Amino acid sequence: MKPRQLLLSAAALLALSAPAMAEDVAITNATVVIGDGSAPIPGGTVVLRGGKVLAAGAGVAVPAGARTIDASGKWVTPGLVVAVTDIGLFDVEGVEESNDERADKGPFNAALDLSPAINPLAQHIAVSRAGGVTRAAVAPLRTGAIFGGQGAVIDLASDGQPITQARAFQYVELGEAGARSAGGSRAAVHAVLRNAFMEARELARRGGGQGADPRLQDAAPERPGDALLTRFDAAALVPVVTGRQPLYVRAERAADLRMALALKADFPALKMVLIGATEGWMVAKELAASGVPVLATPLNDLPANFEQLAATQSNVGRMAAAGVRVGLGAFGDQPRYAPQYAGNLVSLTKVPGASGLDWGRAFAAISSVPAAILGMGDKFGSLKPGLAGDVVIWDGDPLENTSGVVRVMIDGVEQSLVNHQTKLRDRYKVPTEGALPKAYEW
Amino acid sequence: MRATKLLAGMAALALVASPGLAEKKKKEETVSPAAKAAREFNKNPYPSTYKPYPGEPTALVGATVFDGAGGRIDNGTVLFADGKVVAIGGADLAVPANYRRIGAAGKFVTPGIIDIHSHLGDYPTPSVQAHSDGNEATAPTTPDVWAEHSVWPQDPGFSRALANGGVTALQILPGSANLVGGRSVTLKNVYSRTIQGMKFPGAPYGLKMACGENPKRVYGGKGRMPSTRMGNLAVNRATWIKASEYRAKRNAGKLETRDLAMESMAGVLDGEILIQNHCYRADEMALVLDMAKEFGYKVTAFHHATEAYKIGDLLKAAGTCSAIWADWWGFKMESYDAIPENAGILQKAGACVVIHSDDENGIQRLNQEAAKAQGDARRAGIEVPDAEVIRWLTLNPATAMGINQQTGSLEQGKMADVVLWNGNPLSVYSRPDKVWVDGALLFDAADPKRRPVSDFELGQVGEGDVK
Repeated sequence: MKPRQLLLSAAALLALSAPAMAEDVAITNATVVIGDGSAPIPGGTVVLRGGKVLAAGAGVAVPAGARTIDASGKWVTPGLVVAVTDIGLFDVEGVEESNDERADKGPFNAALDLSPAINPLAQHIAVSRAGGVTRAAVAPLRTGAIFGGQGAVIDLASDGQPITQARAFQYVELGEAGARSAGGSRAAVHAVLRNAFMEARELARRGGGQGADPRLQDAAPERPGDALLTRFDAAALVPVVTGRQPLYVRAERAADLRMALALKADFPALKMVLIGATEGWMVAKELAASGVPVLATPLNDLPANFEQLAATQSNVGRMAAAGVRVGLGAFGDQPRYAPQYAGNLVSLTKVPGASGLDWGRAFAAISSVPAAILGMGDKFGSLKPGLAGDVVIWDGDPLENTSGVVRVMIDGVEQSLVNHQTKLRDRYKVPTEGALPKAYEW
Repeated sequence: MRATKLLAGMAALALVASPGLAEKKKKEETVSPAAKAAREFNKNPYPSTYKPYPGEPTALVGATVFDGAGGRIDNGTVLFADGKVVAIGGADLAVPANYRRIGAAGKFVTPGIIDIHSHLGDYPTPSVQAHSDGNEATAPTTPDVWAEHSVWPQDPGFSRALANGGVTALQILPGSANLVGGRSVTLKNVYSRTIQGMKFPGAPYGLKMACGENPKRVYGGKGRMPSTRMGNLAVNRATWIKASEYRAKRNAGKLETRDLAMESMAGVLDGEILIQNHCYRADEMALVLDMAKEFGYKVTAFHHATEAYKIGDLLKAAGTCSAIWADWWGFKMESYDAIPENAGILQKAGACVVIHSDDENGIQRLNQEAAKAQGDARRAGIEVPDAEVIRWLTLNPATAMGINQQTGSLEQGKMADVVLWNGNPLSVYSRPDKVWVDGALLFDAADPKRRPVSDFELGQVGEGDVK
């Protein structure tokens, strides 16, 4: 029994890691959503070739030999891009043994690289994929230090090779959470932050922190004797202070957002992205003028703490109206809820006095906009020709509560939507036992 | 029926606790003051002072009406006056001359949304440590604590639940750290200076119990019982044994001192207090149902019940509701087998479904959560009509909270707790347009002054904002 089981699972692993075939596919008769903010196109076609989008829209010809999927009555969209999230870092978030979200007992923070910790076979990846999420930026959202380390951009394909880009950004906590871990106050956050950047700048000046992974540079230069940062942490921050690696700054309070923007005065090369930004609407003009993009938590409307007193669901709409480049992300729960959040922003456009997004912009806020903010707008996030063949077919308006996912393709490869949940559903559609116990139904 | 009896019982303020008291009274001179207090106490010492606010006779005309009891009327009319539903019907229902007529073509009307599981007020925002009043996590059973003694009536969350969620009544529960967490309180979602001013008149008490990971983690972590699931059951059973003995003594008129904890437990055995039982796993729910038989009480509802779909037949037979999320999953070990078809499979089994929030954000979108569950059910081949889905948020929670005679559906004579939605409430694109509680207009999207602002938010950034 046992050897056979082993063989079977080895075969399953092989199947998972085998290079997947991207065939020519034409999805026809669908309502097509390009994802760039434009309105949905009825009766459209999407053609994929070599794992990439060849064409999408109305009047697109179906190439000879392409597998055709008739999507009458259905919608076709780019895969959802969720930035930022923590999927892949745990199997069950509340089960500590399975959770790699924080490393506050270790000596490193900025040097942490999340990519080796990501488990592509975690059920959260499979469930998110079945919810239409195809790409994500995985960030240390629950870091125990002000620097959470370096996040990764991943795809959610079932091939077991999730990393699109490792060490894609550095993550830092300003505000209440940062204050607690920096020593107890926001003043400490700003001192710790500036000291760290100065040490990284000094290391860079001495020729350190170079290479694809600056932590691993051979013959690293001497550092001053009073350095606080470990060598690894300092090296990891060199790409940040020199503008080669974006800095994702989580901040909520209007004053904290201003202080984040002010960092640019001291460290002009910083390439910042603001995360959360619950009170962003109060400083929307300054955010827009700075050009710093925002990945906002979309529906916060409660004074969850004293740094979010001005929370309102109209935050995203007001920031967008002021010209801030704003995508959705960091909504603190499961990435598969992204369409519901986007749909709510549309609903606000009908509420007197509220601000939301029109449908096209709402969908873009969970596809092309976060992709562009991640610096990957030319790789995925919309159905423009040449971009990755990340496509989702839905049984209705993708932002609507009752709609669901029919098919998912990543890089043109059709993905399995089977997971722990779907297997349980199938087993318990009829809850009572049959001729044998439920354990034999699989 | 049972609920009516309960409510009648609650309405009489000073109740005699013991049927044997009449005989006892003959030798009253020998009874100590403590014993007298134990045998004859006021079951409602913090009574509701809620009074409906004034409203005008109102007619909602031309809407799609979901009545909360599974009924649907297209192009319908809803009449309410003096705080009560007067009539609902089709286009032929005449609107009396003195009614304010609101054209509602293209809009939808439902009863007020009811959340059976909320911690507004006992875990209010801002969520600072000083506001953490939901778990008396100092002993594994605390049936003596009452949530109403923790609820802060200035929680900003009440306003969001009203304006964005159309919530007009809600049950505030103690947390789930304890096996027996204490009494719940049911509120009207109407701000008041006092908690008594929010209490739903005549609502029975609930008693919060909890299975599984939380109690054993909290107390195991303190090096005391329970540290295992079997410990959970042992402590529960010991508590029920004590309660049974207390009740027998009480019924024999032999109590010598008051015991707040046992008064709550005995209230359950008397059928006056409803068990609201946090429990995730199917196997544990089945054990709790047997424990309820062992000691002669009823589990009114399992809360969270992420594996209820595995035992819909058992839950139906027990007459126990499942108060569930649409699709929360995988955040703790005992939620790993949650599936989004939970509601659909339960509904198909004929078991009672309630969609709950347990969350200050989720309470603003119970309608959306129900719709998600409906969509997932449909894809699994289970069709649940819209009007039936609305029941998951209205009459079903009202029934499981013992307030279904007063609210939960648009039935003549019931409280005029009414939501006018600007579209189908099961659509993500719809929001409450107006909300009435007991016929009083307490939220109007078109009127910024009909938007409650709690004391906490006064004079701070965002005061009176659209939220």
